[in-house]
Amino acid sequence: MSFFTVDGISLQFGGLKAVDDVSFSVSKGEIFTIIGPNGAGKTSIFNLISRLYNPTSGRLSFEDSDITEVPPHQIAKLGIARTFQNIELFENASMLANLLVGRHCHATTALWQDMLFMPSVRRAEKAHRRKVEEVIEFLDLQAYRDKIIAGLPYGVRKVIEVARALCSEPKLILLDEPSSGLNVEETDDMSFWIRDIRSELGITVLMVEHDMSLVNRVSDRVLALNYGKVLASGTPSEVQAHPDVIAAYLGA
Amino acid sequence: MRFIFKTDYDQDIRILKHSGYWWSYGILLAVMVATPYVLGSYMQSQLVFVFIYAIVGVALMILTGFTGQASLGHAAFLAIGAYTAGFMQSLGVPFIVYFPLAAVLTGVVGALVGFPALRLHGIYLVIATIAFAFIVEEVLARWESVTHGNEGMRVRTLDLFDIPIPRDSDAFYFLCLLVLVGVSVLALNLLRSPTGRAFIAIRDSETAGKSMGIDLAAYKVKSFAISAAITGMAGVLFAHKMTFISPEMFTLLLSIEFIMVIIIGGAFGVHGAIFGAIFIVMVDPFLTALKDDVPVLVSSIASSLGMAKETATDLRDDLSRIGSAAGLKGAIYGLIIMMFILFEPYGLYGRWLKVKLFFQLFPLYKRATFKRQKTYVKSERNR
Ligand SMILES: Nc1ncnc2c1ncn2[C@@H]1O[C@H](COP(=O)(O)OP(=O)(O)O)[C@@H](O)[C@H]1O
Ligand SMILES: [Mg+2]
Repeated sequence: MSFFTVDGISLQFGGLKAVDDVSFSVSKGEIFTIIGPNGAGKTSIFNLISRLYNPTSGRLSFEDSDITEVPPHQIAKLGIARTFQNIELFENASMLANLLVGRHCHATTALWQDMLFMPSVRRAEKAHRRKVEEVIEFLDLQAYRDKIIAGLPYGVRKVIEVARALCSEPKLILLDEPSSGLNVEETDDMSFWIRDIRSELGITVLMVEHDMSLVNRVSDRVLALNYGKVLASGTPSEVQAHPDVIAAYLGA
Repeated sequence: MRFIFKTDYDQDIRILKHSGYWWSYGILLAVMVATPYVLGSYMQSQLVFVFIYAIVGVALMILTGFTGQASLGHAAFLAIGAYTAGFMQSLGVPFIVYFPLAAVLTGVVGALVGFPALRLHGIYLVIATIAFAFIVEEVLARWESVTHGNEGMRVRTLDLFDIPIPRDSDAFYFLCLLVLVGVSVLALNLLRSPTGRAFIAIRDSETAGKSMGIDLAAYKVKSFAISAAITGMAGVLFAHKMTFISPEMFTLLLSIEFIMVIIIGGAFGVHGAIFGAIFIVMVDPFLTALKDDVPVLVSSIASSLGMAKETATDLRDDLSRIGSAAGLKGAIYGLIIMMFILFEPYGLYGRWLKVKLFFQLFPLYKRATFKRQKTYVKSERNR
């Protein structure tokens, strides 16, 4: 079995098939990109993987275990972290607090210990903070450590969301349109970071992306989606040359 | 102004961030300890109410301010704590046992109330908590063997290790202060630990919280239970302070007063709960004074300006009729809540922080410092 497999998954909203019998698998250490026009069902696939939606049919498996029925809050602990297309940060908290929430799946202390702030809690807090500092360093976010999210620029928040996902020390990270809303330089930075996430941290990347130049620069394999169905998959150039993909993008 | 250079993780984790705070809180504590020996018994008694309201304020701050779950049922939690104390005491159970027991019992009830919160949001949750409070009120009125129904229940003097602590004694004042400080420390501990951050995550984005590994159900129930348990403790103190409890003391209006504590004080910190409690407890004698004095004052001014004696007396009577109209208090509370939500959403504590920053940055303070920056998400731009 491979690292991460989606097997014939479908999702129906009323009469709309948002995801229609999609299958693909991602190997360890790969950067795998899903492309497709708006409304193709890309975000829905991510929501299925993070178990926010229940599939109508099909299976998901991660590291040889079936995760189709795992409750959503246990996905992070298994090693799958994600970002959101429209940024879901904790707006009224500092960046540090946001990143520390990313460590939540590694929290081991009980409620009463937290309430009394026992020495074990202090020790764990320090360990969490050390990890968070590594991520801050990695993504160059030092300037925003104590800033409240609500006041930060869009581009910075986008990076903070990636940082929060990294703080959970995932094996697989899902990035939903990491470059949307970013300017050219920010997109460049993002493409370097995505490659570093794979090469330096050894994390497998599954992303949804619209910016084709970014897709071409970082992806190993690409899957094209339209109306919830797979159109083509393969290397970036193969997929872009596929007649169905060209037709879907030109709206023909 | 002071710049704080952080050199180790403890600096972030500590409750008092730098040495200056040790001084200011030390002085505050000293003042609070000296107070009974300086202030008159009336003010001391008012301060006890401030402490009790502040304890409930801290409880609501955890639930509403940090977890984002509104409640208009906290008067019922207070009632459960109060009646547990009254009933247990009548059975001869010592304070040292029924105080924690009241907290645990109220906490369990709070956890049960938390279950609907797993599915209800916003106004629907508020309605559910109001419904819960009505049920409790009804039970208190009907369960006469325990609560003595609408006749109410006498609560005997608090007895700690055979030392009586009457409601007006210095010892009672210190007991309430001690509970407030203890509860505040527990709350601050929670907020700097994973549990508190999970609460904040639930408040700001349930979706993201879930994906970060937070079990929403478990943490909402925990938040309700903690908040209720703390309110139950306040209820025990309340019962002993009042010496008499009856169902009509724990109405919706009391729950609204509790909500006001955090709206007025600011729901994002323990300070807010205390500021709000001071405001609420002190606004009552102020309103009473207003009711008694304003009509007399207005009519005497009117008659000195040449108004006929009868018209002036009529005016005075009219005004005092308005002043003592039923529901006026509720209306004034409503107005105050609205004003705060519109003009000072961060409450008195937020205002205090702004004033402090103004002096720290003087003369560089910008009015826009606390303005939220405009941001847009891509989907909005594309529309
Ligand atoms: N919660 C939902 N309820 C109903 N329809 C939805 C929901 N989420 C997504 N959809 C629909 O499913 C389709 C796929 O959406 P989405 O996965 O967000 O597309 P993409 O991310 O590829 O732009 C769209 O037609 C969208 O309107
Ligand atoms: Mg999308």
